Amino acid sequence: MAADDRAGTAPLDGNAVAGLLREVFACEMTVAIITCSGCGTSGPAGAIRVFGGAMGAIFRCATCDTAVLRVARTPRGVWLDLRGARSVVVPNSR
Amino acid sequence: MPATEPVAQPGPLRWRTVEVIEAIAETPRVKSLVLRAPEWPGHRAGQHVDVRLTGEDGYQAQRSYSLASAPEAAHLAITVERVDDGEVSPYLAEEVRPGDRFELRGPIGGYFVWTVGMGGPLFLIAGGSGIAPLMAMVRHRAVTRSSAPARLIYSSRTADDIIYRGELERLAASESGLEVTHTLTRSRPPGWRGETRRIDRAMLTSAGFPPSLRPRAFVCGPTGLVETAARALLEIGHAPNLIKTERFGPTGR
Amino acid sequence: MSDPPISRGFRRRGATDARSDRLPPGQHLVGDFPVLSAGPTPRVDLARWNFALAFDNKLLAQWTWNEFEALPQTDVTVDIHCVTSWSKFDTAWRGVAIDTLFNAAGIGEPPAPFAMIHCDGGYTTNVPIADLVGGKAMVATRYQGRPLAPEHGGPARLLAPHLYFWKSAKWARRLEFIAHDAPGFWESLGYHIYGDPWKEQRYAGD
Repeated sequence: MAADDRAGTAPLDGNAVAGLLREVFACEMTVAIITCSGCGTSGPAGAIRVFGGAMGAIFRCATCDTAVLRVARTPRGVWLDLRGARSVVVPNSR
Repeated sequence: MPATEPVAQPGPLRWRTVEVIEAIAETPRVKSLVLRAPEWPGHRAGQHVDVRLTGEDGYQAQRSYSLASAPEAAHLAITVERVDDGEVSPYLAEEVRPGDRFELRGPIGGYFVWTVGMGGPLFLIAGGSGIAPLMAMVRHRAVTRSSAPARLIYSSRTADDIIYRGELERLAASESGLEVTHTLTRSRPPGWRGETRRIDRAMLTSAGFPPSLRPRAFVCGPTGLVETAARALLEIGHAPNLIKTERFGPTGR
Repeated sequence: MSDPPISRGFRRRGATDARSDRLPPGQHLVGDFPVLSAGPTPRVDLARWNFALAFDNKLLAQWTWNEFEALPQTDVTVDIHCVTSWSKFDTAWRGVAIDTLFNAAGIGEPPAPFAMIHCDGGYTTNVPIADLVGGKAMVATRYQGRPLAPEHGGPARLLAPHLYFWKSAKWARRLEFIAHDAPGFWESLGYHIYGDPWKEQRYAGD
């Protein structure tokens, strides 16, 4: 996900990465509930702050800043690191 | 264009070619593009699309834009703010003409979504170009003649930067149950009757719905505004699960 | 699947940039200094800040802020290149060269050939020692004559400008010698293990 402006420590959120996650997971991921492995806080991916700008999406827990999900698109594929998430629960679509 | 709520599509999305029908100058920096998208599967208000441009040398660039059009509309509309030194937004907000084509993928998003079926009241808080997905909600509510009360608090830099100003005035004046409060952060024009400061707890209280009505709140705009407003809504007593947020970049997407 | 439609008049940014002989392939010149961070900007208390050299879980040397400032300083003016395609020419930095740090620590022969840089906020990046010595890198504390701003990595960041700028780790706190090269934060997410902009080593496999 690229932000068109280059200013930027201000994070976006999981909504900004929805298209990329949809490519990888083949379903809508902003409604996935992610539980932080650092502190147990959970919430929908769409509400989680995302850092990383044009380099990639680093989802960080609002409570403890643990990187709960990291994603980067490369020419060879999408790299995903879910180590920071204790669980990711994707509700069934209607 | 399906009039009923679309089923959430499973499976990956495909890129489709869309054609620009109209480019509407909303403000000096902002244009809405009305698009013909053949076989569009439908969308829900609040969702966005990815737009992909391909240059003659094959170079591609991709950005996300909220759909500003109601799900019931005949064509799609996105609203683009020109970001200085941006790569895609200057092209879309200045160069694009009717007949131009690019690729689009969507609809995307399931969290930041409102349908009339979800009920209201509808409490909308926007900063700058963050109004775009909320306008899809406003338009969806209007075209379905929903009776859910709606209040919009909309922050802009100056009066000239207010996007959809005329349409919002008409809707508010039409007794459709929509109330609009504008606030300006960088100017105070003569005769201005709106607010003139950043959105804060006092404004959310006076111009919004109280928590007792359990409104569905949607906040969209620059990260700073979104986080300040969301925090204030929690302090006022709104339930966390009724507050949905979407952060744009500092100057919007 | 048919070819994507050409968007009339769209071209990549920087397609008409001058001075392209100084630009690595795929880069374009910018006038501002974009900020990109993998996490929130850490708040750093200088009274508690220190920079350390470590190997095998043993501290080899450590400097408080005042001690660090008292070390011999180096000034450089360099071009920097971000993997996201922007480049900036003639950026002026002041700090302590890695050579100076090793000297001050009494390290003649580095105990291992690679380094992992550890930073406030948890960011890491790996760099071969050979790319840190011989004047190639420093721990920078001043940019354009002023203390390094927090969003740009202040109080101190690594500066290794011959590599893509993600290797110039912000909020650097520790240089750990490691026996084998290992991927840091971005390298473990698909970015190139080394990152030479002149060979366009942006991603793993490039």
